[in-house]
Amino acid sequence: MDLNLKEIEDISKTLYIRALKLLPDDVKTGFDRLLRDETNDTGKAILGTMIQNVAVAERTRNLLCQDTGIPIYNVMIGRDVSFDGAALKEAIRRGCERATHDHPLRSSVVHPVTRFNEHTSCGLRVPIINFDFDEREETVDIEMIPKGSGSESGSYLKMFTPADGIKAAKGFIIDRIIESGGRVCPPTIVGVGLGGTSDLCMHLAKIAATRAIGSISADPEGAIIESQLSKAVNELGIGPQGLGGRATAFEVHVEIAATHITLVPVAVNIQCHSARRARAVITPGGIAFGV
Amino acid sequence: MTHHILTTPVSEDQIRALGVADTVTLEQTLFGLRDATLIAMFDKDRRTKLDLRGHAVIHTAPNVRKVEVSQEAPAGYEPICIGTTTSMRMERFTRALMLREGVRVIIGKGGMGEASLSAFKEIGGVYLAIVGGAAALQTTWIEAIEAVDFDDLNPESLWHFRISGFGPLLVGMDSHGGSLFTQVQNDVRSRRDDVLAALGAED
Repeated sequence: MDLNLKEIEDISKTLYIRALKLLPDDVKTGFDRLLRDETNDTGKAILGTMIQNVAVAERTRNLLCQDTGIPIYNVMIGRDVSFDGAALKEAIRRGCERATHDHPLRSSVVHPVTRFNEHTSCGLRVPIINFDFDEREETVDIEMIPKGSGSESGSYLKMFTPADGIKAAKGFIIDRIIESGGRVCPPTIVGVGLGGTSDLCMHLAKIAATRAIGSISADPEGAIIESQLSKAVNELGIGPQGLGGRATAFEVHVEIAATHITLVPVAVNIQCHSARRARAVITPGGIAFGV
Repeated sequence: MTHHILTTPVSEDQIRALGVADTVTLEQTLFGLRDATLIAMFDKDRRTKLDLRGHAVIHTAPNVRKVEVSQEAPAGYEPICIGTTTSMRMERFTRALMLREGVRVIIGKGGMGEASLSAFKEIGGVYLAIVGGAAALQTTWIEAIEAVDFDDLNPESLWHFRISGFGPLLVGMDSHGGSLFTQVQNDVRSRRDDVLAALGAED
């Protein structure tokens, strides 16, 4: 399959706008579950407002949240796909710019020193484009994540030692969730990276934070820890928006990588309740949009 | 827990009558600002042409569309999606915003800190919690963008919105030293050790 780059540009534009407007079904179902389990009246009212907002966004075809985020494109390329890599990156970037200009969207991206905003949602090394490869024949899978800043500010890394152990990592995760409180727009998906190098660990936390609700860590030890932590965080009492209640997080997700004999790296990256993502799968048969 | 309907601008007495856990719906006028706006106003001493005395400000940077100036769009901007952002980043500006500009109501998400709470108490102010990430709904409470100042800071300009039925909002911090956020944080701290023990992760 030869990739049509004009098509990739259009898809990249469409994905940004779709992600901002349509909340995935697993998140909607997650809200219903949290509302059923909520015991705090303020918490119930806030969850009710969030659910109402999703319906209003769909009815008015509007953005769910004002924060258009930092755009991230995760591109998974299967077997027997031909393309010009540099041109593919350019096509994704142009799609992101066109979404911002044509809709229009607030460009939330600035240079970190000058604070200059190009009003394209793009800048130096942004959009973030991650490439990876898998076994699927003639398939390209593009996932778009608009990562909001309220929850991105809930990002933490600590390199523990084997003597500290996983116990210290668990304590660190709970303390960082407490420290983040209502600022990260709970109920959240708490993404945890365990292992790797510092940069891989942080990237794992992002993968974990943006995974679908209901998905389970592929590593058996990761699956056990995420199940324990998912239960624990909703006993903290932080609640929706940090105003009290059970619904602090939809889930805690854990992603694992091998690490050095001297290290227990742990990273936390949080996804707010507007857990937006959109996906397009391109095959010789056509383009399928989904989550 | 009382529901109040307040038409802005408001008086100090109206603000002093509010207590934490009360709810408020605002009518008429609301201003929008955030990080870059406040840095310009107070770190770079830029003065606004807009009169904020007795008014409410929301921590926001909206999605807008540039349009021809008309009766519906007096500032040449049409609202697309307007919500809120994390207030804590704006903590060091609360007192100056109240003293110099006369602001009485701050709206945002996540709550604010001790410096804001003492400013609310001394000067007569209140923090209203709005649900973060519910901007599609909140946009339906905004009728028009009446005016804009510091247009060069777009989207972090100083926005003057015309509103209708903006709420209900929750009084999260009042002018008597009360803060729902502090109450919840104290409760969370008291639960922490049990949660860690259940995980086998005691200090």
